[in-house]
Amino acid sequence: MPKEMPTMREAIESKGYSRRDFLKYCSAAAAILGIEAAGLPSIVRAFETKPRPPVIWLHFQECTCCSESFIRSTHPIVADVIFDYLSLDYTETLMAAAGHQAEKSYQDTIKNYAGQYILLVEGSIPAGNDGVFCMIGGRSAEQIIQEAAKDAAAVIAWGSCASNGCVQNANPNPTNATPIHKIINKPVINVPGCPPIADVMTGVITHLLVYGGSPELDSQGRPKEFYSRRVHDTCYRRPYYDAGMFVESFDDENARKGYCLYKVGCRGPVTYNACSVTKWNGGVSYPIQSGHGCIGCSENGFWDNGPFYQHLASFPGFGIESTADTIGTAVGVAATAGVAAHAIVANIRKRKLVKELKDESVEINDEDKGGNS
Amino acid sequence: MATKRIVVDPVTRIEGHLRVEAVVENGIITDAFSSGTMVRGLEIILKGRDPRDAWAFTQRACGVCTTVHALASVRTVEDAVGISVPKNAELIRNIMEAALYVQDHVVHFYHLHALDWVDVVSALSADPKETSRIAQSISHWPKSSVGYFKDVATRLKTFVESGQLGIFANGYWGHKAMKLPPEINLLAVAHYLEALEWQKEIVKIHAIFGGKNPHPNYLVGGVPCSINLNEVNAINSERLNHVSKLITDAMQFVNQVYIPDLMAIAPYYKDWGAIGGGMENFLCYGDFPTHGYNQTDSFKFPRGIILGQNLNEVVEVDARDPQQIKEYIKHSWYKYGAGDEAGLHPWEGETEFNFTGPKPPFDQLDVQNKYSWIKTPRWKDKAMEVGPLSRMLVAYAAGVTEVQDIVNDTLARLNVPVGALFSTLGRTAARGLETKLIVGWLKGFFDDLVTNVKAGDTTTFTKEKWEPSSWPQSCEGVGMTEAPRGALAHFIKINSGKIENYQLVVPTTWNASPRDPSGQKSAYETALIGTPIADKDMPLEILRTIHSFDPCLACSVHLYDPDGKHIHDIKVV
Repeated sequence: MPKEMPTMREAIESKGYSRRDFLKYCSAAAAILGIEAAGLPSIVRAFETKPRPPVIWLHFQECTCCSESFIRSTHPIVADVIFDYLSLDYTETLMAAAGHQAEKSYQDTIKNYAGQYILLVEGSIPAGNDGVFCMIGGRSAEQIIQEAAKDAAAVIAWGSCASNGCVQNANPNPTNATPIHKIINKPVINVPGCPPIADVMTGVITHLLVYGGSPELDSQGRPKEFYSRRVHDTCYRRPYYDAGMFVESFDDENARKGYCLYKVGCRGPVTYNACSVTKWNGGVSYPIQSGHGCIGCSENGFWDNGPFYQHLASFPGFGIESTADTIGTAVGVAATAGVAAHAIVANIRKRKLVKELKDESVEINDEDKGGNS
Repeated sequence: MATKRIVVDPVTRIEGHLRVEAVVENGIITDAFSSGTMVRGLEIILKGRDPRDAWAFTQRACGVCTTVHALASVRTVEDAVGISVPKNAELIRNIMEAALYVQDHVVHFYHLHALDWVDVVSALSADPKETSRIAQSISHWPKSSVGYFKDVATRLKTFVESGQLGIFANGYWGHKAMKLPPEINLLAVAHYLEALEWQKEIVKIHAIFGGKNPHPNYLVGGVPCSINLNEVNAINSERLNHVSKLITDAMQFVNQVYIPDLMAIAPYYKDWGAIGGGMENFLCYGDFPTHGYNQTDSFKFPRGIILGQNLNEVVEVDARDPQQIKEYIKHSWYKYGAGDEAGLHPWEGETEFNFTGPKPPFDQLDVQNKYSWIKTPRWKDKAMEVGPLSRMLVAYAAGVTEVQDIVNDTLARLNVPVGALFSTLGRTAARGLETKLIVGWLKGFFDDLVTNVKAGDTTTFTKEKWEPSSWPQSCEGVGMTEAPRGALAHFIKINSGKIENYQLVVPTTWNASPRDPSGQKSAYETALIGTPIADKDMPLEILRTIHSFDPCLACSVHLYDPDGKHIHDIKVV
């Protein structure tokens, strides 16, 4: 065994943890990955002996924006991730091999590292129809995902396509695009967004592999670390919302002062994501900061919660203590809006304002488009 | 005679799902079939929606060439309803598009294409001193010391010796067609890593103006960001300084890393100046308007067509003319009301799924019949190649001096004839040359923006026709652009403020499509014919030519349903 690079065990122990801590980490990892107790030794063995965890990244119905986002990671930079932290054995976007040679890389990993490899999935699965809407190497997406998921130690659904079906799942969903948690019989960590923020993607991986323990997931399988706050709750323009100062039309006087974008359609109030805290591209900006409302790209069914430039019906001005677990999706938001309306209005001015907005607004579509429900 | 059908599926280091089947006789490809194997149905999904939202939907056609569909989409709506965007919006759109080009082409060269030419394992035996000498002889790029290349070599060695080759596993290392000396391989590996780190920087321009990348925000009627030099909450001097810095860095990277590397590698592969050609006709819609989308004579890339490789004439193209652009489905998994032989202009397009291929799992497609989810577009029933080579050829023939100069200079430096342009090497070189031009234009667009803002114009959006109530009852538009991969057009029909019909005819549809009813091949299938295959089990040469087009498959597969059903439930209360 070449020893230039530390194994997971060495890496953990070099950080001052004991063998006992390491085993605890392994069992925590096994728990979150849904591995039976009997499978634990294989995880321990994998992290003790394999320098870098093997990873398979599959592509189905997608646009590759998740892969593109991933390579935008600023901390860590992606070269360090794929050359030092992981062994990215299969990814159609970056791998040197093609065709049979690519297939060999994939087969080698699922055979040689059964129960040990991490499966990352980009894209939805067109379920049924004999699988003809997405075929790779002559096999259907569904055939491939079932095979790849079978012995995976963990499954991460990258982006909205894999987590909730995204754009191809929008009405009338012509190809029956289906999120992967509805296809495979395994726990899935959903990392939605179109795409997810690069540093969130590498953050989730790091959480899983380096920090040990489980990233806590909400009821939709999303890591709470990044998806427990609404964009609205931590938006730097929130004070303008609270004060009733709104952009009425793009590039008007208020837009030039950076007022709240709620009235031009911002979905920040019903969108759980890290955009307003972590921000994009190394913290440079996020949609609202650059003058466009959030379109809610990490929420189930967001494509059908439009038109994008019509503002939401009343939304619950829940306090920042609320999380996706207590509110659920946009669906839940709409359903509880009536109750919530009382909670938000901290003063008369705001109450009047919210009422005015409600009168001319659009109602959220109440069709459930996904989730681990 | 030894005949063999080689199947490459998946074709990797591309966007999307592409399958290539090639017939090889005595070591030469004699026939080839290109198949798009994934479909999503974006155009069905668009029907009935607000045209102002279409940019976001169509942008999700592709996350690699993110921005180009958004741009084509806002243009098609503006064209349909009659909106001219403010000067600043035109400039910011140009800046975003140019930034995408530079990022996309650099990533293509190093991360999608380089491993066809660069032998990573051979780099292990490089002498870092010699690599350093070569690096310093071709460029002023500061990361060129012996110690630097030693470190890269050590990192590579550690990686390879770990026994876990990750993305480099089962690559075509040691293949007979790999020709670079170890020292240049090491140089390329070092720059592979540097480019991977740099590419995340240039797209910060998208984050500044569009809030994020991939998939920055666009807006019908302008751009969503406002400019206010007296406000921290808008595009101000700090934001503009940031953009300026990113552009300066991009110019350095392109001029000191990408172009010198391209010119250092090309001489070892001059034989590829005679392989991978075969296409006669080249289409370019033109782009980078400097005085409005309708002033095509103001475009940095001129619009036009080259027929029969004749660089003495540029033929006009009109995407609105129903006789010029048509799509066929004879070999695509759709059906037309008028039958499989018919061709339809995108405004009148129709599609219904009609999968007739083998059910997965399968070994080979039925290439005598339908074999792809990609339709086959034609201009006046002629097959067209689109992409960087087409842009360079049209601009060259149209007399754009800076294009003529850079092309002539490159041909002279490589000591190859003009005919070498029509090849795999020509395509790859054209991509580099246009990047060099575009990064200069990027600086120019930014300077123009500063000048305009300084003169007191800060408008970025026109509200005039924002409300659908101000639009004609029914109207139609075409939004054209040049995506990094070639000519892209979106066609829209609007009725009562809603999308009645939406069609995307994208670059990879032109290039990767199956043959048309007359049996005429499109670009991929044409270009592969005549390619030598040294080792039929290691079809590296197929990858070289296919990658020279920079395939983008998710974009290329689309459909339209004339009887489109109910779209979505939005209640306005």
